[in-house]
Amino acid sequence: MKKNICIIGAGISGMSIAYHLAIQGVKDILVIDKGYFTNGATGRCGAGVRQQWQTKMNCLLAKMSMEFFEKANEILDYDDDVELKQEGYLILATTIEEENQFKKNVILQNRLGIPSKVVNRKEALEIVPHLNPDSFLSATFCKTDGHLNPFKMTEAFYKACLRLGVEFHFFEEVKDLEVNDHKVNKVITDKEIYDVSVCINAAGGYASEIGKMADIDIPVFSENHEILATEPVEPMQGPMVMSFSKNIYCQQVPHGAFLIGRSNFNALPSHDMSSSWEFLDEMSQTVCDIMPKIGKLNIVRQWGGSYNMSKDHQPIISKSIELDNFYMACGFSGHGFMLAPMTGLLISELVLGQKPVLNIETLSIKRFLNDKKINIEKSVV
Amino acid sequence: MEKKDIIMCRCEDVTLEDLHKKIDEGYETFEDLKRLLRIGMGPCQANTCGILIQKELAKYLDKKIENVKTHHSRPMIQGISLEKINKEIKK
Repeated sequence: MKKNICIIGAGISGMSIAYHLAIQGVKDILVIDKGYFTNGATGRCGAGVRQQWQTKMNCLLAKMSMEFFEKANEILDYDDDVELKQEGYLILATTIEEENQFKKNVILQNRLGIPSKVVNRKEALEIVPHLNPDSFLSATFCKTDGHLNPFKMTEAFYKACLRLGVEFHFFEEVKDLEVNDHKVNKVITDKEIYDVSVCINAAGGYASEIGKMADIDIPVFSENHEILATEPVEPMQGPMVMSFSKNIYCQQVPHGAFLIGRSNFNALPSHDMSSSWEFLDEMSQTVCDIMPKIGKLNIVRQWGGSYNMSKDHQPIISKSIELDNFYMACGFSGHGFMLAPMTGLLISELVLGQKPVLNIETLSIKRFLNDKKINIEKSVV
Repeated sequence: MEKKDIIMCRCEDVTLEDLHKKIDEGYETFEDLKRLLRIGMGPCQANTCGILIQKELAKYLDKKIENVKTHHSRPMIQGISLEKINKEIKK
């Protein structure tokens, strides 16, 4: 079967890429996913959207994506609501080093038009009164950061794609790619063989495996990160509270539940997405230290998801070096959801040979050929 | 009784009408419907609605019930507060 563009992965990145290509008039786009709707990292994410980053590129990607999210219901003509809640992100500094770094981050963010600011302990407690004042030194706050429903945001892209004629095949697994003359000619799945003009790897946790099928090495790996949801309660916390040094992010979503997650520094690269009691142990200690009031809430559910990590914790949004028609959007290191609108736009520009709206040289896979060129993003949990 | 008055998931107040609307939009698995309607995400974790929705999916899509998968069960089995876990660790 002949297809013009084949996108592997129907998570938020794949959907956004399909949408941005289709809206520019590209026809005959197929998106393949081995599972159900939002079964991968998108459907397991912490639902946060923030613009407070340490690297310029992440700041710009996040800011421009937020501008899209603010108008997403209208742009995508969505018949529901993507549940954007812009009540901010409060990022706690708990060490002198963090305080110093955060001051620098805010200068960079402000220069790029992101309305973040440094707040002292008293001001932070006015924003989130149930914080334990002894657990942090100061904080930074950006009022336009917040929450977005991953399922509904993905559905908004999905329904817009369907109206534009994009074809979706769920429960179909890509098994191999046939490369000929520096091009991916065929996408071979467990159901069909497609002759394609362009192939785009948006496979999230499986991006490296898809790369291997085309004989290229993408320096990313997957890692299990766990999260929990509490019972829903009356609104009591506007912003996401986050601490890199205490390893936690915690937000009350519009539904009323709290979503609370953290990293496991001992996690080994794998596709494991299981839940552990160690996570509950560590998390309960951190929550009871920083926000004792949240400690009273019952946990309803916990789960794991896959971060697709790159060496510098910044995404790879790039054309392949070796292949002429193979593109990749991966290595988001846990933040693909919040950067998705820009991912879609930038990949569509690369595919169509247009000048990208941002100079994305630093997101190219070429940066890993010389590790001196990489600039590590440290603002991650 | 009208579809809008029949509750399928009582934790999240999801009606038969909500369910049929989403199935008509093309979402045909429990996992799809869970993410978009929140069925099975409440305190009972689909212990109540799981079988009801499985039966309804089978009936509406004209499938055998054994061919309709229910959701992937996740911990916790029963809600417990973060504080209680923290206290036990300290003991």
